[in-house]
Amino acid sequence: MHELSVCQGLLRQVKQIALEHRATAVEKIYLQIGPLAGVEPALLQAAFPIASADSLAAQAQMVIRAMPIRVHCRRCHADTEASLNNLTCADCGDWETELLSGDELLIERIEMQTPQ
Amino acid sequence: MCDSCGCNVTAGNRHLIEDNGPLATVDAGTTAVTILQDLLSENNLQARHNRQHFAKHQVLAINLMSSPGAGKTALLEATIDALKDRYAIAVIEGDLETENDARRIRAKGVPAVQITTGSACHLDAHMVHDALHQLDLAALDLLFIENVGNLVCPASFDLGHHRNVVLLSIPEGDDKPAKYPVMFRAADLMVLSKSELLPVMDDFSPTQAEHYLRQLANPAPVISLSAKTGRGMQDWLHWLTQEIEAHRARLHNGDNTRPVIAADGIRFHAAQRPSAVRLGPL
Repeated sequence: MHELSVCQGLLRQVKQIALEHRATAVEKIYLQIGPLAGVEPALLQAAFPIASADSLAAQAQMVIRAMPIRVHCRRCHADTEASLNNLTCADCGDWETELLSGDELLIERIEMQTPQ
Repeated sequence: MCDSCGCNVTAGNRHLIEDNGPLATVDAGTTAVTILQDLLSENNLQARHNRQHFAKHQVLAINLMSSPGAGKTALLEATIDALKDRYAIAVIEGDLETENDARRIRAKGVPAVQITTGSACHLDAHMVHDALHQLDLAALDLLFIENVGNLVCPASFDLGHHRNVVLLSIPEGDDKPAKYPVMFRAADLMVLSKSELLPVMDDFSPTQAEHYLRQLANPAPVISLSAKTGRGMQDWLHWLTQEIEAHRARLHNGDNTRPVIAADGIRFHAAQRPSAVRLGPL
């Protein structure tokens, strides 16, 4: 529900980085989003053309890398895949795990046209 | 969020930027900048600023989240009645419309600032900062931020607060943590509210609710209470007073604190996580 405002925040950061590099246009924006980030990739994609209109990034392509959910078990030390509502260890079943990946909400990389 | 020390590089994404990873090369004709910067960094910067305000005045800030109607305001009213002689309390109220909740809190004799968000489904750090300007933080011990009733979006925005309390009322069903994992994973405390209804809604199992919370690898304590009858309120008041004292002790040692899970990735700093937040189940 908040993807448009997240997208507007993203574009403010992209604009800042583009200005620092004196870019004439932003071509690609790569994001990392995990299922536990609370942001829906499809809604963010849908919001992007609205948020980016009339900006340096108006023609940019947004590429979202969906990150897997992985946990580390404090008891048996196994690293295993987990699901959104079950972060227990897939090996021993213990719930005292730490998230290794799955809540990312990051700008990974930006590709820009820059004056040579 | 620290962008200079590389702490955004995690076990989950390190391979992408290492040699031969898909982000290690640059397409011809363009400049590529690898950033790994949090998408919410604007909000998180403001949240950090809010947290500095709280630290300066030794205020513990608690973010109260739940579905609409789970009893957040009723819990606050009962809490104020019980604690207002001991601690100076204020409330920031978040709702889409009306001053109703702020009026209820003011009737208890404590300051309340209403934020009406219009159609926004959550509070963010900037809204809370604006509200803070209407409060005398120097005169406060405890600030409650009653977030917009919503089990989805409020979990994704750091407000600068110290603890997340998530209410789950008995009529909602015991599987809410499984259905709304992002919200319940962020809880430092899960409160089962309206527990006076347990005898009539006997398909709600508190044990099952706690089981679903543990499945999210969340060690947060679970308190069952009724703001209406007062049963269980002592456990909640005990948790609160313990948190206020622990917060003061940490500030005394020059240490601030954050919710057990913050949307900007506290896990990256897991080694610095204060041990006090690793509360075991009750």
